Amino acid sequence: MATPELPVPQKQSWDDHRIEVILGNLLRAGVVFSAAVVLSGACIYLFRHGHEHADYRIFRGEPSDFRTIRGVIQSVTDGHGRGLIQLGLLILIATPIARVAFSIVGFALERDRMYVVFTVIVLAVLLYSLLGSGIGT
Amino acid sequence: MTILEFTVLVAIVSFVAGLLGSLTGLGGGVVLVPLLTIFFHVDIRYAIGASLVSVIATSSGAAASYVKEGFSNIRIGMFLEIATTIGALLGAFLATWIPTNALAVVFGAMLLYSAWLSRKPRPPAQRSLPPDPLATRLRMNGSFPDQDGERSYNVQHVPAGFSLMFGAGALSGLLGIGSGAVKVLAMDQAMRIPFKVSTTTSNFMIGVTAAASAGVYLSRGYVDPGLSMPVMLGVLAGSLIGSRILVKAETKSLRLVFSLVILILGLQMLYKGFWGEI
Repeated sequence: MATPELPVPQKQSWDDHRIEVILGNLLRAGVVFSAAVVLSGACIYLFRHGHEHADYRIFRGEPSDFRTIRGVIQSVTDGHGRGLIQLGLLILIATPIARVAFSIVGFALERDRMYVVFTVIVLAVLLYSLLGSGIGT
Repeated sequence: MTILEFTVLVAIVSFVAGLLGSLTGLGGGVVLVPLLTIFFHVDIRYAIGASLVSVIATSSGAAASYVKEGFSNIRIGMFLEIATTIGALLGAFLATWIPTNALAVVFGAMLLYSAWLSRKPRPPAQRSLPPDPLATRLRMNGSFPDQDGERSYNVQHVPAGFSLMFGAGALSGLLGIGSGAVKVLAMDQAMRIPFKVSTTTSNFMIGVTAAASAGVYLSRGYVDPGLSMPVMLGVLAGSLIGSRILVKAETKSLRLVFSLVILILGLQMLYKGFWGEI
């Protein structure tokens, strides 16, 4: 058997750190963009419906417009504020998924095969959650 | 109440929750669901959906400032995300089966545990523990900048941490929270990861964990745009401002107040779950 591995060398931790900084900025950009989309949707929604009665006491479940990617996009092209908010929320959900996808590239650049496999597993679970739950339909 | 009034009020409450959660390090998501259900009479399923979305926003929004400091460990994070995402997926599916009363009871218990944990002193900092063979194979050991230069650490008890993280993910998916309290248990107590490394790594993981259950919530119609909008924007603004003024504020008394709030909300959620209508 090989001798136990030495602690992670300095060069590698620097590479890790650089990848993390890039990914951190990616996440922030995604959040800022999604917040801007949500805010613009909010303006339309409140301008049109602000005076109506608010009621979230009874759970009805959202209509299919707000439950699938196709429905949300249709709602946005129809000019609905709530569709635009939901699009912003979809972008928000997509940012950490993009982070995981880019991490695969990062680990591959470091030639860390074990962590490429781990990251692919995490991405597979995330994609299963999105596509398996019926959003993509 | 009109939609405009409702939106403004929810945004203010979410802003304060995000601010206090960030200042105290206890997370804002944990108080949002009880506040929305108890004071705004929102159905707990809508409240959980909105809270989950805000959890992604705060985690991802804060990530950039955390990683620059060089505390977080992406290998520990990514490995444990296997457990948290599978757990979150399971929790989200469970949430669609469990009656809302039971959800409220689990939520109340979680709040009481968080309040108790926030009053407990931190575990003592690890002193050069011997390297664990599994953690070494998984290349989890690392170092972080300290007052007197780089300080290295050796991760312990990987299987126990991994199992606890599965539970943390399941609770996150079930209740729409970051479940930082369980993550602290797994990373600080079991894996003996230094506090600074565990909190920043856990923050990094929360967004990915929440994204795993968000898909299920959205497709089941739990994410309402009209409610999620003020919650997400309010919590995000509050937590970003909170992370800026972190150093200046007196956090000790603030932590006491916030943990009392968590305790009271936890008791109310238990009461509502057992005897009330929810």
